[in-house]
Amino acid sequence: MTDAVVIGAGHNGLVCATLLAQAGMQVVCVEQADQPGGLARRRVLGDCQVPMAHAAFPPGPELVRELRLDAVGFQPGPTLDTIALGREGQHLTFSGDEVSGAALKDSDREAYRQFRQAYARFGAALRPLLLSPPPRLKNLPGADLKALVRLAWRLRFGLGREQLGEFLRVVGANMRDVLEDHFENPQLRGALAADAVRGHSAGPYAPGTVWTWLLRVIDSLDGPLSALAADELIRCLPKAAENAGVDLRLASPVANIAVADNQARGITLADGSTIEADHVVSSADPITTLSRLVGAPQLDAMFAHRVAQIRSAGAVARVHLVLSEAPTFTGLSDANLDHRLVFAPSVRALERAYNPIKYGAFSDEPALEIVFPTRHQPELAPAGQTVLSANVMYVPYRLKGGWTDARRGELLDRVLKLLDSLAPGLSQSVLSSECLTPADIESIYGVTGGHWHQGEVSLHQSLMLRPVYGAAQYATPVAGLYLCGAGCHPGGGVTGWPGRNAARQLLKRRGAA
Amino acid sequence: MATYDAIVIGAGHNGLTNAAFLARAGLRTLVLEKNPYIGGATVSRELHPGWKYSNCSYVCSLFRPEIYQALDLGNHGLKIVPLVSSMTFKQDGDFFGSYQNPHVRRRELMRHSPRDADAAVRFDADLMRWCRLIRALLLRTPPDPGSLRPRDLGEWLFLLRRFHDLSESQLYEFCRFFTLSIAEYLENYFENETILAHYSGGSIIGTGLGVYSPGTAYVLLHHAMGEVDGNIGAWGFARGGMGAVADALASACKSQGGEIRTDAEVVGIRVNGRRTRGVELASGETIDAPVVVSNLDPRRTFTKIMSPEDVPPALAERAERFRIRGSSGKLNIALDGMPSFPALPSGSPLTLGHMHFTDTLERLERAYDDWKDDRWSADPYTDTLIPSQYDPSLAPPGKHMMSVFVQYCPVTPEGGWDAAKRTAFGDTVINQIAQYSPDFKDRLLHVEVRTPNEIEHEVGLTEGNIFQGELTFDQLLFNRPFPGYARYRGPVRGMYLCSSATHPGGGVMGAPGCNAAREILRDLRRPDSTPEAFGDD
Repeated sequence: MTDAVVIGAGHNGLVCATLLAQAGMQVVCVEQADQPGGLARRRVLGDCQVPMAHAAFPPGPELVRELRLDAVGFQPGPTLDTIALGREGQHLTFSGDEVSGAALKDSDREAYRQFRQAYARFGAALRPLLLSPPPRLKNLPGADLKALVRLAWRLRFGLGREQLGEFLRVVGANMRDVLEDHFENPQLRGALAADAVRGHSAGPYAPGTVWTWLLRVIDSLDGPLSALAADELIRCLPKAAENAGVDLRLASPVANIAVADNQARGITLADGSTIEADHVVSSADPITTLSRLVGAPQLDAMFAHRVAQIRSAGAVARVHLVLSEAPTFTGLSDANLDHRLVFAPSVRALERAYNPIKYGAFSDEPALEIVFPTRHQPELAPAGQTVLSANVMYVPYRLKGGWTDARRGELLDRVLKLLDSLAPGLSQSVLSSECLTPADIESIYGVTGGHWHQGEVSLHQSLMLRPVYGAAQYATPVAGLYLCGAGCHPGGGVTGWPGRNAARQLLKRRGAA
Repeated sequence: MATYDAIVIGAGHNGLTNAAFLARAGLRTLVLEKNPYIGGATVSRELHPGWKYSNCSYVCSLFRPEIYQALDLGNHGLKIVPLVSSMTFKQDGDFFGSYQNPHVRRRELMRHSPRDADAAVRFDADLMRWCRLIRALLLRTPPDPGSLRPRDLGEWLFLLRRFHDLSESQLYEFCRFFTLSIAEYLENYFENETILAHYSGGSIIGTGLGVYSPGTAYVLLHHAMGEVDGNIGAWGFARGGMGAVADALASACKSQGGEIRTDAEVVGIRVNGRRTRGVELASGETIDAPVVVSNLDPRRTFTKIMSPEDVPPALAERAERFRIRGSSGKLNIALDGMPSFPALPSGSPLTLGHMHFTDTLERLERAYDDWKDDRWSADPYTDTLIPSQYDPSLAPPGKHMMSVFVQYCPVTPEGGWDAAKRTAFGDTVINQIAQYSPDFKDRLLHVEVRTPNEIEHEVGLTEGNIFQGELTFDQLLFNRPFPGYARYRGPVRGMYLCSSATHPGGGVMGAPGCNAAREILRDLRRPDSTPEAFGDD
């Protein structure tokens, strides 16, 4: 009998397990794979390795401090600028609050600075909301009410009346309108829109995309995008967990969560062994946890229905290419390959790339986010080889007719064709390649729908509605069962907030009991 | 020369409602209309000899019963005939009908999906709850979120109380309803593809959104919260066409002493020392009044008829950015007889109501994709009605008038509109209907095709947008038309807005006009002549 068993050693599972153990609980953390890291763990491709989270924001200072990550040598690593690729080699470079490029007007440059600053202010006002469980809308405890009042105060008096008005206007708006308000350059708009919808199954015309942009802005407040942040984090987290006394068991897939009398009693592993525990905390996605591991018969019918309705079809494919030489992109220098390349030439092009996914198809010209991990970690590949890692938007989880090797090859060909148009001859230097569709990501990582964020971070699946109401404060209707994955508030990205919030919530409730 | 206490620009239904209440409060009120006829978008005219077309708006459901009663519109000649059904033709030769009679409706739902027939009970109850909640806000001025004035705080308190009456899970469900797309919202209830498509359609009418766009579930309410004879969600025809609504309002306005001048296009609002002085007409004539109310959308109001020095730059910028996207077209068709619809059993009452021809969500969404790329929908969503079956005044005996509202139609297709394109657009719609009605094309006597262009030029709705501005989160409630200006007041004293671009938005509702009148009378310290919202139950 242990105090808590945490399912999944992804970053949220490890954060949660570590914080629980630090509070004196006896914690077992079970992971299905033989490596920790979850969706951020490295993927092996021939002689090479590729980190799945190829670009991430560094964890917040609260997390670094509480998990004592400095003690295990955490370094966020070199920062990534962003280069928005143009079709004809006319590129834009984003670095901090600055954007530059030959075709860019001064007005857009200045507008970008103001835009960044305005959204950073909105983000700063909202950030505390992400660091605590989302408030309930009724029957809320006094502490929640105080937090809500504080938030309202921050918004009203921190932002001021004018900015509050603007914030309330844009918070539910679509990215296209907001970008058109501020900028003229289509490529600038396209690149920002692509970041707003990255990982989501939504086009930039969809209301609610400013919200996902805001969440990204809040992430970015803790430091600039880095190539190593996620890889470093999942290298350090198991050590921090171990230091805290977490019993980490790899290659231990969970078969089910034992529930009796509406109380979680522990878990059964696939090999038939059981681990009894007072608390079960799952960093698996909510559908896996509640529909599969617990099972609908243990749940209230309407709650189970809501869980089954969670939108969790992924929309991003990952392409990995091992190249025999560093590619030459038209208009880019070799040093530029140290940074993140984004291809989304306009908001309309991005929306067009989105359209087919609604009907179970993928687009002729997808949007890309490209990083070369070997530029920062040459040890990932044999000398002389370059690894290209590209997120491809949008690719459906449910392809009409189903995913086959032939269809996967077709998608890869489209990506290669697009890459060739941006970096002539690139495809000739490909030594090996792989193409992971959302369906592949689901089967490899066990995340429903292959969705990065364990469920869309749309407005109707955010805050007190994430993953569903009734489980939005991390505790589920099954006593002793908690959720702590990205499927919970505040959502995806390599932030660790869901894991941290869940641990704190569990400890608070345990202390109160 | 007569002087006036108030001038209302634009004799659309909101302008007339506004003027009627101002006149009722004892103000000498003048309504100025640029067209030779009144009505704005609620207009009916004989555009083909013997036929009366309601050119823009074509059904009535949202009109507030409080206003109907307060202005005694029944006695001014307004009769609403309830519409009892709606239907969708299926591609396989079958159809789905939705009837007002609950027993018939349930039988029809059962025929398509017994599960959905049960879900419909839950759906109706939920929708009714949201209707009631939102309905209470229609005849109120939205509070300014940043303001600490007692009146705004009082409004917040009112809202809090309304929401406090809901249970915790109802509150979450409301948040979901407010933020979901119509397709996903309905998928919480229904499984049958035709039923999903049928009930989704209403949410995209007039918007620049698709059935999968978040926020469209709420638009459903905008079409569902209307009342006819106390039936929430019911639709009706105004007898004599939609122009009858404008005529009754005009009659009510005149009976209170208000004046209406047509052929009087306002080209400027005169301001002197931060106070409104009156208006200037295209003829050069000026008319004085301390209160000027604009029923035009804010973009026209603040960037066209007010001079730039009277409009703060930040406001002008907001007005330019106000989202008004034209997405709808309309066909008015004169028929020499009732077209047949072989899918329907003979004598079916379904031809009396709304008819739709798009039976899957994918078809609806693809129609939207076409529009996003500046094309009219190759397979459009249409709301087709033959109101002459109810109202013999619309067409000669034995003949019929058909009104086809078409979603989506771009403001500017590639290369712009020309006669050939307009015809091609019309043919797209006619061919779609003809697939379900073999004799339809033989019955055509006259077809009037209206793209957003025609609607804009004739009615004055920018881009032909029927709501005078998108109904998205960023343009609703205290954000409508923009933050800081949701209280019907313009940038200078004595200047007001009363159009559909203000809270609570579009549809032939009358609420914006009524709310603006209340604010004006408040500023003038006159007794309030506007009605209070009816209570529930």
